[in-house]
Amino acid sequence: MISMKDVYKKYPNGVVAANGISVDIQQGEFVYVVGPSGAGKSTFIKMMYSEEKPTSGDVIINGKNIAKMKRNQIPQLRRELGVVFQDFKLLPKLNVFENVAFALEVIEEHPKVIKKRVMEVLDLVGLKHKMRMLPSELSGGEQQRISIARSIVNVPKIVIADEPTGNLDPDNSWEIMKIFEEINTRGTTVVMATHNREIVNTIRRRVITVEGGMIARDVDGGDYGYES
Amino acid sequence: MKARTIRRHFRESFKSLGRNGWMTFASVSAVTVTLLLVGVFAIIMMNLNNTADSVEEDVEVKVLINIIEDEKEAKAAEDKLIKQIEKIPEVAEVRYSSKDQELDLLIEKLGDEFKLYEQSNPLRNALYVKAEDPLDTLTMSEKIREIENVHSVVDGEDTVENLFTFLETARNIGLVLILGLLFTVIFLISNTIRITIIARKDEIEIMKLVGATNWFVRIPFLLEGIWIGVIGSIIPMVLVSVAYTQLHTVLSSELKGQLLQLLDVTPLIWQVNGLILILGVFIGMWGSFMSVRKFLKA
Repeated sequence: MISMKDVYKKYPNGVVAANGISVDIQQGEFVYVVGPSGAGKSTFIKMMYSEEKPTSGDVIINGKNIAKMKRNQIPQLRRELGVVFQDFKLLPKLNVFENVAFALEVIEEHPKVIKKRVMEVLDLVGLKHKMRMLPSELSGGEQQRISIARSIVNVPKIVIADEPTGNLDPDNSWEIMKIFEEINTRGTTVVMATHNREIVNTIRRRVITVEGGMIARDVDGGDYGYES
Repeated sequence: MKARTIRRHFRESFKSLGRNGWMTFASVSAVTVTLLLVGVFAIIMMNLNNTADSVEEDVEVKVLINIIEDEKEAKAAEDKLIKQIEKIPEVAEVRYSSKDQELDLLIEKLGDEFKLYEQSNPLRNALYVKAEDPLDTLTMSEKIREIENVHSVVDGEDTVENLFTFLETARNIGLVLILGLLFTVIFLISNTIRITIIARKDEIEIMKLVGATNWFVRIPFLLEGIWIGVIGSIIPMVLVSVAYTQLHTVLSSELKGQLLQLLDVTPLIWQVNGLILILGVFIGMWGSFMSVRKFLKA
């Protein structure tokens, strides 16, 4: 499903963000990626959706080595993934429905299918009744739910989330986690970078701790495991 | 790409003009102002060029023919002379004018006092010769001078040379100004569009993150650039057309018989409007293409 082998990433400014990372994540797993700021969590996550390319090593997603992928193959890879960000990354001038539908328009899906799928996911995240609103009219938690809806509307096998609760209050964070759990229950692999100790320690899943560009710890059902 | 995707791109490009209201307004205004300048300048230059062409067209040399007493001999000599001149490669047209016609011209120009000469006309028969390319006039007159029975050639050497130098300089200055203006227009418009697209770089980033191909991202922006160009061309096209038609109506009777002649409203207006529209569309599209390219590479 997701497999990294001896991945090494050095940025032009000399910072080594990945220093020989090897890891395998199976279909249907729920994985937290934790670690102090600057440890290489974001790079680890970004390499999975080809936002960053490794300097050396292999990153295999759904059987394709994206380290060796040509630029014009990246869109196809991203259509098979769902990505959720800390800052939501919604299009501010599109309404809720349009923001979610966008991920399906890109793959030239039929309008009827788009409507049906968008309604389903908006129902799942509980925001069907706000589909005509603009992102600016929604709370942070609601915006993140839209962002999640967009990430799963094309039924990806993997959802990657980079600090999805980073900008949210505890109540909203738990709401978001419920949605991720629901997605995971349906068989989707979830990889989530997070700083949220309480969530990691409560909803026990596999925890990969990244420190100094290396995997310092990898425990199934583990806890947050380090002092932030 | 599916037909409905193309329809989507068209729909989105129109919607986006509205969504980015102020940015659209800024881009369209920049296009309008600069294309108006281009239109006005194009009209001025085309009229000046036309005047220069007609001045050049009018340049001809006058060949005075030796006087031969015997009428038959004179006729034969003149026919031969005309044939010889016509053989010169640079020559376009030779027109004969008898000494009586010459006197009539003189009387017409200088007054009835010259009617005195009708008793005994001291003038010579003459030929008026035009060159194929006005710039060859002096070379041509040199060749004519060497032919038998040519008394003299009046080619106003200095005047012609000065005129040609002046027209050449005027055209070159015009060309430099046009190129400068075009460069400014391209720079200004594509920069404005660039700013509007920079403001939307998040949009491009998100499009790419959800798996949009580069063309999927690019096409709505290109279409938007085209619409900005088209909308921005409308006011300049209307203003230039109305203003020139008015100017033509007012000035063309005033300018009758003058050196400066205004070109007819059609086809000039269509040519200038075509130029404005093509420039608007091209620059709008190019500006979008270049700006989006920057973010697609990132």
